[in-house]
Amino acid sequence: MKRILASAVFTLALGVAASAEAGQTLDNIKSKGVLTCGVNEGTAGFGLADSTGKYTGLDIDVCKAVATAILGSPDKIKFVPLSAPQRFTALQSGEVDILSRNTTWTLTREADLGLLFGPVTFYDGQGFLVKKSLNVKSAKQLSGATVCVQPGTTTELNLADYFRANKMELKPVVIEKLDEVENAFFSGRCDAYTTDSSGLAGTRVTKAQKPDDYIILPELISKEPLAPAVRQGDDQFYDIMRWSVFALLQAEEKGITSQNVDQMLKSEDPDIKRFLGVTPGNGKALGLDEKWAYNIIKSVGNYGEIFDRNVGKNSPLKLERGLNDLWTTGGLMYAPPPR
Amino acid sequence: MATSGATGRSATARSSDSKIWNNPTVRGVFWQIVMVVVVVGSVAYLANNAISNLERQHIASGFGFLSREAGFDISEKLIDYDPSYTYRDAFLVGLLNTFEVAGLGIVLATILGTLIGIARLSKNWLLSRLAQFYVELWRNIPLLLQLFFWYAILHVTAPGPRDAWHPLPGVFLSNRGLMFPVPSADPTHKYIWIAFFVAIIATVLLDWWGRKRQETTGQPFPIIGAAAGLIIGLPVLVFLLTGLHLQPDLPELKGFNFAGGASFSPELTALLVGLVIYTASYMAEIVRSGILAVSHGQTEAAGALGLRGGLILRLVVLPQALRIIIPPMTSQYLNLTKNSTLAVAIGFPDLVFVANTQMNQTGQAIEGISIIMATYLAISLSISLLMNIYNARIALKGR
Repeated sequence: MKRILASAVFTLALGVAASAEAGQTLDNIKSKGVLTCGVNEGTAGFGLADSTGKYTGLDIDVCKAVATAILGSPDKIKFVPLSAPQRFTALQSGEVDILSRNTTWTLTREADLGLLFGPVTFYDGQGFLVKKSLNVKSAKQLSGATVCVQPGTTTELNLADYFRANKMELKPVVIEKLDEVENAFFSGRCDAYTTDSSGLAGTRVTKAQKPDDYIILPELISKEPLAPAVRQGDDQFYDIMRWSVFALLQAEEKGITSQNVDQMLKSEDPDIKRFLGVTPGNGKALGLDEKWAYNIIKSVGNYGEIFDRNVGKNSPLKLERGLNDLWTTGGLMYAPPPR
Repeated sequence: MATSGATGRSATARSSDSKIWNNPTVRGVFWQIVMVVVVVGSVAYLANNAISNLERQHIASGFGFLSREAGFDISEKLIDYDPSYTYRDAFLVGLLNTFEVAGLGIVLATILGTLIGIARLSKNWLLSRLAQFYVELWRNIPLLLQLFFWYAILHVTAPGPRDAWHPLPGVFLSNRGLMFPVPSADPTHKYIWIAFFVAIIATVLLDWWGRKRQETTGQPFPIIGAAAGLIIGLPVLVFLLTGLHLQPDLPELKGFNFAGGASFSPELTALLVGLVIYTASYMAEIVRSGILAVSHGQTEAAGALGLRGGLILRLVVLPQALRIIIPPMTSQYLNLTKNSTLAVAIGFPDLVFVANTQMNQTGQAIEGISIIMATYLAISLSISLLMNIYNARIALKGR
């Protein structure tokens, strides 16, 4: 009887805690002094913990930018590694404040799942990784192939769509844990492994014993705009997340880097003065410190620096900028004016 | 305070006894009411909280998604399914897969567990120690690790489909699974099935007649031999009479993989092997303790009547042990069924797997979880009910 009563009180308390969580995310983060960030369990270049437990990757740096904007430091983050099927529930239930986990921005995720996606941080497309010795040159030759894929991803749905549309026979092997599904592929359980092409590049470099034994097929079968996401219902926090990402793009466009940001404080360009908080206003509008953008660039760098060190020329992945270049140089990356 | 029923109570104590809050019945009812209010209140509060949170966060609710197109493929299916089918069909595919694993698992684990349990009591030192080693090894390793272990063994050690092992004609073992030939469908095969079922009914009748005869004349009837003869013999006879129609559907390497024949996937195999070996280690202990619980005097008495070892076990010891074994065995059946949800980890598409995918695609976790909960509750209660009926039937009946 006593125990039952105790547990009833406990569940009641949980309910109260859950409803309190639904309040102002920003106040919550400030009072906790830490941003809780849902990240990948281990995709090279995007979100990967090293042997000391330190996370690196493009998605990680996006989180660091948001944490710096709010708390002034890129280290005040609690990382929560999430599998694909866990990620949305974790965000909906308030277990994480922000989801920065190479997640594709789709209609149903915003309309049905109660999420809001920020600016795209990486334009990607779904591809296939196969063993060279299979002599497959095109995804169109994959009829009857066994394909490894993670569940609960747009990838899984695109895969089914692509094989249906091309009247090919599909044998999916669907395993939840990234490690397990990659092991299954490399041990030969599957003929092909499918995910976003950036993920394939990372997997090939970090997990294959001989990366040269594997090729990524030329077809990209989908659009995969990867973006961070927050819960609906807190517009202020959504704005902060959005503009933290835009700040990274704006800095690159204006040539502001983590190296020269201190000199840039002395710039005469009114745009830069406003952006770095020399002319106040932007910070107050967002409910942040006036130096929020300066802090981001100083500690995390601009988008170009983030791209190069995680997935671009200074990383093992060596991906081209391509669509992910700034709009000024032929890419799709574009920030609205921060004024 | 004086206790009720004590002698020599003072007048004041008597008057306080008559106070309404000192009446045990009233107090009992009061606390029951408090309890009900607390439980109903917290459930209502939690439900209301969940509904308002869902609304505020604009998360869809309701079971409408069940008739929408699922869009994802499922690799193993006992019924027709492709990505254009609805979520309802996907759930059905998952449910049947769960039934397949749980059903096969329960039968195999019972057989293996009983054998190991009896082996542990063997007078042969080596056999009983091996059985003990088996129990201690598998009972003490977490099931999830065992599943990863079997799955890794299957897909790491087995060769690719192009260099598949080929132990028998038409049988291939590769990291895509075990492929074996099955007879292709032929109109005459239905007669063989009819013969098979007729043989089963005949066996039941024969067994009933044999018991009657033993009761009246004392003559035992060799029912096991007769049953084997009937169940194997009759279908074979029909097969010979209908003209030997047998066209094997052989597995063949086509493109990436084998086509034709039937197959066991590595996922299903690893899951079954893991569940059976793990659960059997518990069942062996249940069987052993059940047998040990039957007084040794029973064995000696049966021996004194002139029964031999096998008959003593079958006619005297096991029937009594069974009464002790059934309730804990039931809980192992339930455990096995519930443990089959670990299938997600190695990619076997059971009900939970389908529900996980659905929750992720539609974001409706509450609905998905309630489907899982309702289904497993129904499965568990059914197993429990069936086993309780069986238990009541074999229980010692007072006359």
